[in-house]
Amino acid sequence: MPHDKKPGVSRRDLLKRAGMAGAAMTIPLTPVTAGTPTARHKGVPDDGKGVPDDQAPAAVRREPTENLTASESDLLEAICALIIPTDASGPGAREARAAHYIDRALGGALAASKPAYTAGFAALERYARSSRGGPFLELPERDQISVLIDVETGAATGFTGSPAAFFAMVRTHTLQGTFGDPFYGGNANFVGWDLLGYPGVRTNVSPADQRLGVKLTPNHQSAYDTPMFTKAQARLSEPVRPSGSSVSSAAPESVSHGD
Amino acid sequence: MATKLKPTDVVVIGLGAAGGVAVLPLAQAGIDVVGLEAGTWLTRRDFAPDEIRNNVRDWPMSVQKAQQEVPTHRVSATANTTRAGSHPMMNAVGGTTLHYWAQSWRLNPWDFKVVSETTRRYGASRVPKGSTAEDWPFGLEELEGYYDKVEYEMGVSGQAGNLKGTIDPRGNIFEGPRARPYPMPPLRSTGFIDLMAAAARGLGWHPFAGPASINSRTYQGRSACMYHGFCNKGGCHVDAKNGPHLTTIPRAQETGRLKVVTRAHVTSIDTDNQGRVTGVTYVTDGEEFIQPAKVVLLSSYTYENTRLLLLSKSKAFPNGLSNNHGQVGRHYFSHAQGAGVTALFPFNINAWYGLPAQGVAVDNFADDNYDHGALDYIGGGNLWVMSDRRPIAAAGMGTFGRTPTWGKEWKAFVMQNADRTNTAYIQKTTLPYEGNFLDLDPTVKDPLGFPVCRITADYQDNERKVTAHTQARMIEWYEAAGAIATQANPLGTMGPTTHAYGGTRMGKNAETNVVNEWGFSHEVPNLGVLGASVMGTSGARNPTLTVQALAWRTAEYLAKNWKRVTV
Repeated sequence: MPHDKKPGVSRRDLLKRAGMAGAAMTIPLTPVTAGTPTARHKGVPDDGKGVPDDQAPAAVRREPTENLTASESDLLEAICALIIPTDASGPGAREARAAHYIDRALGGALAASKPAYTAGFAALERYARSSRGGPFLELPERDQISVLIDVETGAATGFTGSPAAFFAMVRTHTLQGTFGDPFYGGNANFVGWDLLGYPGVRTNVSPADQRLGVKLTPNHQSAYDTPMFTKAQARLSEPVRPSGSSVSSAAPESVSHGD
Repeated sequence: MATKLKPTDVVVIGLGAAGGVAVLPLAQAGIDVVGLEAGTWLTRRDFAPDEIRNNVRDWPMSVQKAQQEVPTHRVSATANTTRAGSHPMMNAVGGTTLHYWAQSWRLNPWDFKVVSETTRRYGASRVPKGSTAEDWPFGLEELEGYYDKVEYEMGVSGQAGNLKGTIDPRGNIFEGPRARPYPMPPLRSTGFIDLMAAAARGLGWHPFAGPASINSRTYQGRSACMYHGFCNKGGCHVDAKNGPHLTTIPRAQETGRLKVVTRAHVTSIDTDNQGRVTGVTYVTDGEEFIQPAKVVLLSSYTYENTRLLLLSKSKAFPNGLSNNHGQVGRHYFSHAQGAGVTALFPFNINAWYGLPAQGVAVDNFADDNYDHGALDYIGGGNLWVMSDRRPIAAAGMGTFGRTPTWGKEWKAFVMQNADRTNTAYIQKTTLPYEGNFLDLDPTVKDPLGFPVCRITADYQDNERKVTAHTQARMIEWYEAAGAIATQANPLGTMGPTTHAYGGTRMGKNAETNVVNEWGFSHEVPNLGVLGASVMGTSGARNPTLTVQALAWRTAEYLAKNWKRVTV
């Protein structure tokens, strides 16, 4: 239990927040055809605290999809951008190309999740239409957020599996695509690491680098910019684990850390 | 048709933390050894600082035998069975020491004598009800020489706290006496760790740098640690993490007595009609081999040790090898190492680099280091604060109830606090109980068609009380250092874990233990078992150094008593 004076965040708070979000600067979501780099936004207003111009991409170039359909890809782009929004504080999952990371991984390490994505997108779209009266991508942002809150909290209907599990999966993969090594197709231009203040992959760290108050300059290096390392597999299918046949499938138990 | 190979003296099943150490004293004694390993050799080129590959995707480039044998788990014999998504261990020459945290603790004196010391100090009624705990067949003084041997052979950095009875407050004042200091000084500190150590001293506690099987300076020609931040579930790119693959195994190979066979998946330990083991059967790429040997040392992981014994049925052992007393799989426990505490600080703590073994420990609330007279439990926990952070994990942090877990408000929280949290690791006394055991799953099988291991286990009152007490102390420590919020994390389940004990417990009584005080089966004189599966208590610290000291001791016993074991 949180040992903290502040109360937890209730669903009501989430909805209130969703309503307020409409006032914030938003990025128009223009569905695009796969492979056509037309999704653009007007950049981030310079309030003095925002990202420097050279880090605020004027346009987000979308890659040709590898595994998702064009409409699935549009939905995923929108969901990723709601999970880690682009706002006055700087780029988010869209600029990091989190959706590109997920699309690519669905043909490799995350192949087992492909059916869950396909079914989840279809259910999300049906739920948006039945509950909010329109296709997800055409809803105002506050409605998109409230739809996602319904999915996150399990209140959304029409999902074959657990809507909460679908949301948790997309969120987990969005974080991987935004904050993982750029080698896998996300964290483009290191925007994810810059967002966190992570100074980057180093192979040697000095005692001074570990003192309090030091300010380390981000080096914008991928692990594989160091030539000594054998490259991981970014696309190829990796060994698929057997599922537990007659055993009820459960969320992975937390594996204790340590050695 | 299986190919029968040339007989050897000893076959070792698994070249990880245990088997990878045992091969050296055997080879040095002139004994021929075949080491069978399911994984392959990996080198520093394979150890990229890549959070997705190492921490998210479980090393997809390595042999994934363990991942196909993930044990199932149920909290009791009447509960539902579930299966975790992944196995916490890996297959490779060196085993999980390739990516472990490398914290290399000796157990404290109390850990060997939990039952008798509890009875002496508080009365027999204070041994938790339902526990099957026994004293070890020996005390720390018997193992001291083997701890020392392994610390120097492999390389452990640390600060002694008790040198031949003289207490040194720079180290752990609660540790048992040691004959020599560590071969290397401890890993360096950080600004944040200094802050935490000062806070602990302010509370009147005794903070110290913990021991690690990692080079704090050049050792045996290998580099010092680079503190690059990818040690947690990552291999070392400069060979500063001292697993057997870098130390004992190559040294054993140099004698000409050790033959390493990789990608060997052992499917049974074979016996004759007299009830002695004759060797093992293994499979490589679908082809079956029989490796005859005079002695078999079983040194896979805890789950696979029990599983392979139960799968190796014969006329002499109808219920599984060495199981005529029904003790294989008994006295199992997963170390209570969940239930850490996460703290939020009002400033960046600069923990992006470092490693889990770089930290500060407090042992004041571990074992029987404080009076339990007025308490209703025994044992305690080791409090450990370290420098360990990677970006995906940092972004996935809890928000202390302050924001949702996504969206604009969450993003602002993460941008401010990504480098302001710290999670302490608290390892706690854990005991074996009557209802906690391992057996074969009745339905779930591996790709070869063999049942996987099934865990039936849950924490009991004593573990839960130790958890509550140690978390309260940890919160006190963080608050003394200036934390503005703390969160006590859940204990979790007794599912598959990196610290799994029991199943082939060591003890003098054949009615309640699988192996004798030397690590050899009570029922099968030429079968030895290595690993934490022989340990009957956990202590409040990582098991690996104890596993390695026990492995050396069993191998040395075999070398010195070769005729007695093999006749």
